[in-house]
Amino acid sequence: MALTDEQVEYVATLARLGLSDEERARLREQLSSILGHIDRLRELDTSAIPPTAQVIPLDPVLRDDIARPSLTLEQVLANAPRSENGFIRVNAILDEE
Amino acid sequence: MAVMTAPGTTYETVIGLEVHVQLLTRSKMFCGCSADYFAAPPNTHVCPVCLGLPGVLPVINRAAVEAAMMTALALGCTIQPDNKFDRKNYFYPDLPKGYQISQYDLPLAVNGALEFAVGGETRRAGITRVHMEEDTGKNLHATDPATGAGYSLVDLNRAGVPLLEIVGEPDLRSPEEARAYLTTMRQLLRFLGVSTGNMEEGALRCDINVSLRPAGSGAFGAKVEIKNVNSFRAVERALVYEVERQRRVLDAGGAIPQETRGWSEERGQTLGQRSKEVATDYRYFPEPDLPPLKMDPAWIERVRGRMAELPRARRARFVADYGLREADAALLTESRAVADYFEATLDGDRRPERARLAANWITGDLFAATPDREALGDSPLTPARLRGLLDLLDAGRINRTTAKQVFNELLARPDEDAAAIVERLGLGQVSDDAAIRATVGRVLAENPKPVADFLSGKAAAKGRLVGATMKALGGRGDVAVVNRLLDEELARQRGG
Repeated sequence: MALTDEQVEYVATLARLGLSDEERARLREQLSSILGHIDRLRELDTSAIPPTAQVIPLDPVLRDDIARPSLTLEQVLANAPRSENGFIRVNAILDEE
Repeated sequence: MAVMTAPGTTYETVIGLEVHVQLLTRSKMFCGCSADYFAAPPNTHVCPVCLGLPGVLPVINRAAVEAAMMTALALGCTIQPDNKFDRKNYFYPDLPKGYQISQYDLPLAVNGALEFAVGGETRRAGITRVHMEEDTGKNLHATDPATGAGYSLVDLNRAGVPLLEIVGEPDLRSPEEARAYLTTMRQLLRFLGVSTGNMEEGALRCDINVSLRPAGSGAFGAKVEIKNVNSFRAVERALVYEVERQRRVLDAGGAIPQETRGWSEERGQTLGQRSKEVATDYRYFPEPDLPPLKMDPAWIERVRGRMAELPRARRARFVADYGLREADAALLTESRAVADYFEATLDGDRRPERARLAANWITGDLFAATPDREALGDSPLTPARLRGLLDLLDAGRINRTTAKQVFNELLARPDEDAAAIVERLGLGQVSDDAAIRATVGRVLAENPKPVADFLSGKAAAKGRLVGATMKALGGRGDVAVVNRLLDEELARQRGG
């Protein structure tokens, strides 16, 4: 399962990653090898096995609808590079809702 | 294959709506932050979970799931026994985790329908699916006054608020139907008490898919998605505009590309949106932090048992239990706030005449005084105080004319009940024979012309005498007694 440069570039764009030529070549090799590994699963006959989305045999724990205190504004903004009047300030968003 | 059309071709409009509903819970979908973000200062309802900090785990809000189940059941959907949550991956500043927890291939419920009325006819539109997800944060746009450069401000209070997506089948055939569908959807949500359904506040949002096809064709045209439609009026206006736009393009021999357009309220137009360089690719995969959700049939039945009565059932019951006319029952069940107010006013009283009286006052004077029906529950005129007014009317202590005066006083003075108002303003009905007979005598003496007219056979002249007597009694006379005594006195004059 060999990936093309275009496929690697596409995935990088989705992940907002800029790759150098050298990085792209290296990742293409690594990703191809990972996919090749996963391809081996196709050799198994899974026709009698139900699709599985989770391998942990647990039912989810549901929570009662009770509101609890949130973080302080200082804590929320602690990791924000820029803030303004309690908002997190970011570069202009163009094609807004 | 493109369908060739020519000017004069008759088209059929095909519309499907995707509706997003904010569920009315106290806390968010996957964390304990307050979901009541509307008037909160920015970023004050945020915790490590909805901020997407590393190492945190989401925990599902049971009330949100149950509200979603109720909505799905009310839409006649089948709740799927196996549910799971998936990650929808994309980057946007209002999505701190880099993904939205949603449901992809195993949604909460499928295959329902919504019935609604258009022009007196009942229509039915299919519901494809109903699924649960979380809301995103909100962005504001600002301009740096020094440089003039634009930037954005992010408030994450809304991030993680429970959201329901209701995907409708392309079964709607006109802008009017789309609006009626959405209005009926909101009515249902409000009766269930699962959402405020307020479009202006974003609690109810709608994306529209619309295409045209030659009448009689079974195929669908390329669909255009319209976003940014934030009111019921805008839904109808945007569709009227878009249908006409597509018709012109087709008539001119053009083709409609599949695209997303935004509705501009100021310009009254849909505008093509800048296409993204990369096609939308959300790379859905199962949310590893949440085990699949098993919908136990016993749980579904418990939730069904707690569902509020739906508009149609309530309307039928109003007719059956209180003897209301269809039209009154329909008016009183347009909104849950009104239906609740009506039943609270009756307070278990099943007499049809009392129900009719209550219906008349509520749909007449109270509606006129309360333009926002949803705010009826907050009216200074509580159901108990209106009941006080109806009791006085029933007991003959006031007549209809003075009842209006008492009604206005009830609205203006929230602390005073109807009996106290009647007492204070001396509005008690005069039904004392002696007092009325004295007034009648004076009125007859002062109005020789109508008396003569009446005695010469003009029965209608009596109306003027009733009016004059009522006026002389300050509007407080008991009309029945006034009529009886007038008849007696007139008969006496005729005889004498």
